[in-house]
Parts: sequence; C-alpha cells; structure tokens
Amino acid sequence: MNYEPVIGLEVHAQLKTQSKIFCGCSTKFDAKENELTCPVCTGMPGCLPVLNKRAVEFAIKMALATQCRINEKSLFARKHYFYPDLPKGYQISHYDKHLAQKGHIEISIGGQIKKIRLHRIHMEEDAGKNIHGTFSSYVNLNRAGIPLIEIVSEPDVRSSQEAGAYLREIRSILRYLEVCDGNMEEGSFRCDVNVSVRPVGQKEFGIRCEVKNINSFRFVEKAIEYEMGRQIEVLESGAKVIQETRLWDSDQNKTFSMRSKEEAHDYRYFPEPDLHPLIVEPHWVEEIKRTLPELSSEKKTRFIKMYQLSEYDASLLTQEKSLAQYFESVVEICKEPKLATNWILSELLREFGPEQVESSPITPQHLGELLVLIMKGTISGKIAKHVFEKMLQTGQAPQAIVQKEGLVQVSDSTQIEALVEEVLKEQKVFVDKYHAGQAKLFGFFVGEVMKKSHGKANPAMVNEFLKKKLKGA
Amino acid sequence: MHITKQLVEHLAKLSLLELSPEEVERYTQELDSLMGYFEKLNRLDTAHIDPTFHVEPPTNVFREDEVRESFKREDLLPVFPAQEDGAIKVPKIIEAS
Repeated sequence: MNYEPVIGLEVHAQLKTQSKIFCGCSTKFDAKENELTCPVCTGMPGCLPVLNKRAVEFAIKMALATQCRINEKSLFARKHYFYPDLPKGYQISHYDKHLAQKGHIEISIGGQIKKIRLHRIHMEEDAGKNIHGTFSSYVNLNRAGIPLIEIVSEPDVRSSQEAGAYLREIRSILRYLEVCDGNMEEGSFRCDVNVSVRPVGQKEFGIRCEVKNINSFRFVEKAIEYEMGRQIEVLESGAKVIQETRLWDSDQNKTFSMRSKEEAHDYRYFPEPDLHPLIVEPHWVEEIKRTLPELSSEKKTRFIKMYQLSEYDASLLTQEKSLAQYFESVVEICKEPKLATNWILSELLREFGPEQVESSPITPQHLGELLVLIMKGTISGKIAKHVFEKMLQTGQAPQAIVQKEGLVQVSDSTQIEALVEEVLKEQKVFVDKYHAGQAKLFGFFVGEVMKKSHGKANPAMVNEFLKKKLKGA
Repeated sequence: MHITKQLVEHLAKLSLLELSPEEVERYTQELDSLMGYFEKLNRLDTAHIDPTFHVEPPTNVFREDEVRESFKREDLLPVFPAQEDGAIKVPKIIEAS
C-alpha cells in the first residue's frame, strides 16, 4: 500500500527583546548560570508579572507578515505542570483566546508555490534549562521568562522537503522582521513536528506522534522520514500507532518514545489573574503594519524585475536581508547588477555564509569600487580576483591595493604589441606548429604574453594583437 | 459533578501531594460538598454574561523593554534547598525511558 505523511509543525521562536517578557531581567545568551533572574522569573511569592510591550509588537509583526487575523482581545492563562525548570509551577501562555490565527505562508517546492496555512500564533514564556548529571540534575533559570511566540501550522505539509522549506521560510520571515535571530544552536528557534501517515486517498488523518527536541532543519527532515518509516511498519504489521511524544536522537538517527505520562497532560489551564487581557486595537495594528519591511518573497520578485536576475540568483541574494542590502549597495556603486551578482554569489559567498556577509572585511562600497575598476578596464578580471583576496586579508580599498602593488592593467597598444612580438619570436617552434594547424596553441600564446606582463596586460587587446600578428607572420 | 475518590487521588498526583487513605476519604467528602455549592451557582443562566476574570476594566498594562538589574546570585541561590557551582541542584530528572 502507498502511504502519505500528514505533517504539522510548531515553531518556538525567541523574540529579540532586551528584557524578559514579564520582568526586567536581560535576555542575553552568554551569562553565568542563574545570573539573569529576579523574584518574578523565579516565581517568588507576591510578585507580579508585567507584560513587555515590545514583545507584543514583535508578535504582532510576525502575525501580520504571515497574514494572520489578529484578535483584539487575547487572554493569558496558567498552564500547570511540575518540572524543576518551571519555578512557578505553571507557565504563562496564551490559551484559548490566542493573539492571532488563520494565517498562511507560501513555500516553493520544485518551482511550484504551495500555501501552508497557519493555525495560530501565540505568546508564552520560556522555561529554564536543565542539565543532567550522573546523580543530580542542575537548573539554570536564565531562560525562564524569555519571550517566545509559538507558530502552529495546519497539517498541510506532505513531505519532509516541504517541512524543511516551511521552516526555512518561517525563519527567514522572522529574521527579515528582526524579531528573532533564528539561532537554532542557542535555542532561539526550535521546532516540534507532528507526523502521521495514511494510505494515499484516505480522507481521515492517521494517529499522530509528536517529535520534540529537533535542533536543525536537516534533523527535522530526517526525523520525519524516520517516523514515516516507523509508522508505516507499525500499520503494515496490523498494529496501531500509539499517540505519544517522541524524542529525536541525532546520534542514532531515530526517534524514541518518552515515557508517556497520560496524567501529566492535564495542564489545568485557567486565566492568569495577575495579567489583564491583552487588548490590541486596530490603530495599533495599523501603526505596526507601517513598520513592516519588504520580506524576502517581495524582494525576490522586485530583484527579478528591477535587476533582470534569474529566479535562482534572486532567491539566493534575498535569502538573508543583510545580504540583499549588501547586493543593492554594491549595485548602487557599480550599476552592473549581473556583475555584482556573480561576484557576490561566487566569490563573497565562498568566503562567508549569507548571514556573515554583513560583517565581512570587504564592505559593499569596496566591492562596488572593485567592480568599477574591472568595468573601466583599469584591472582585468583575473587581477581583480587577486585584489579581492587582498581586500579580504586587509580590508583595504581596491584602489589602494591596485596602486600599491602596481596592478593597473596595461592597455597601451605599443607596450602590448611589443610583448606579443617578443613572445612570438621566443616561441618560434610553436608558431610554426600553430600555422601547421594546431589552432589551440593560441591560448598558450595568450598565457605567455600575460605571464610576461605579470598578468597586467589587457586580455582583449592581447587577443587582438596576437590574431593580427599570427595572421601576418 | 461529583467528586470521587479516584479524582482526588488523580489531583493529588498532579499536585505532587501524598495523601493518606483517611485524607483521601475526607477530601472526597469536603470537595464534594463544595462542588454542591457550585452546582447551585450553575443553575443561574449566565449565557449572555462574559466571565469576570478581572474586576477592573480591561486596559493594557505594559512595561517598556528595558533591562533592570537582576538578583545577585549570592542572594538567590541560598533560597533553594541545594546548589552547586551557580546552578540549582535537584534530584536527577529522568527524561525518557
């Protein structure tokens, strides 16, 4: 029998605020254990949470960027469970009256656009972090009270590739909005996956399992594939899939069952009496809407139109906002989008990841100036690569390097003619072979002239003179 | 709704409370009579009344996103029963079977 998976994804994204969601403790990552705590986030009796306004703004931004409907009134609730990393004994979270719902994003799969619907976006506080030792566990509450949004998709995803594309798009939107840094290693972007399988053609969903603890896109794809295989095997053997939470083990490449505690799923939610309902009036939403930046999909469309780029190049350049900005700054200086694209995609991105381009020693100003030097014929493309290397090492302006190293291209016809004649004289044997029909020797002559000029001769002119002289000789 | 012994035991488990059989018996009766009172309230028709979770009118109370000084660790950690190297020490948590 053929099966298809039905996949829903939950993303927990850490909002990039300076302070926690309900208190003034810092959200910085590199702090000593339990250094960023206070009575509120450690759950001391008698303290009151006060909602961080910027966290709400960030959540609304994401809701708007994903076409969600924003609820004018939403309500925080207490979600109860016992765990050492949850100092209050409950987590404050939106519950049945969420911040936003019914949105969607678009992903591109093999050139096809597919819409994935979002069920909801809600806000909640993060818990602390447990480290497990041999005999004890150790709790660090620095994360407790970090603002999160949970983005829950509808079960619209049908393959591990679609899941990967969905997560990359969500991450890209968050980063474009500058509301989350998307750092999976530091835990500021985490995802849980709900997977079930059903025979192709069946309308009803199968019984699903939730896989937690996945901290890279590759692992998400692998975990989904593993779960599909496992569940199909269970069904084929005539048994039933048990609804449960499973963990991904990236060392063994498999998921395994968490001890299921049915009773623990009773979270006894009730409205948080310490917080007022959150009121988001339309004029506030409008105000935030005006601050939304151009997102990657819009930017991509604009790049294709405005700069005549291929869809592939445009999607590479817009995968990261800072990279797209870098590209546009370079184009502004050199006015040659295609040349700028080639240099950024093949040279710059070989040295840096898309997220690091911004902090590369080569500023967009300098790269633009380098391309101008090529276009004006001051240096050849080959010399430009050498200058590029120097710029990488020193961070200097291209003109300074060209001047210091005497790399200006020789475009003086007398000089080039002399070099060509010299080479043809020295390589008499090969010139004869050339005339005897070995036309590919032409490239060899070009190489020899270039060598003699220390790479500085204008290649177009070298070609021209060689052709002329070889014909005449 | 009637409170049964099983429900009290379930609630005790969720709340991490150890109850003796006598306590279970006693709480079952006490909670059951308490629920009787809610039964009485439930007879009122509140279909068209919003639940009152808060007595004040709904207005947003926000704080600006500003960092304030945190606890000193030396003050925080002694509050907990055990600590080690700046971390709060708890009995080993077993996450998975």
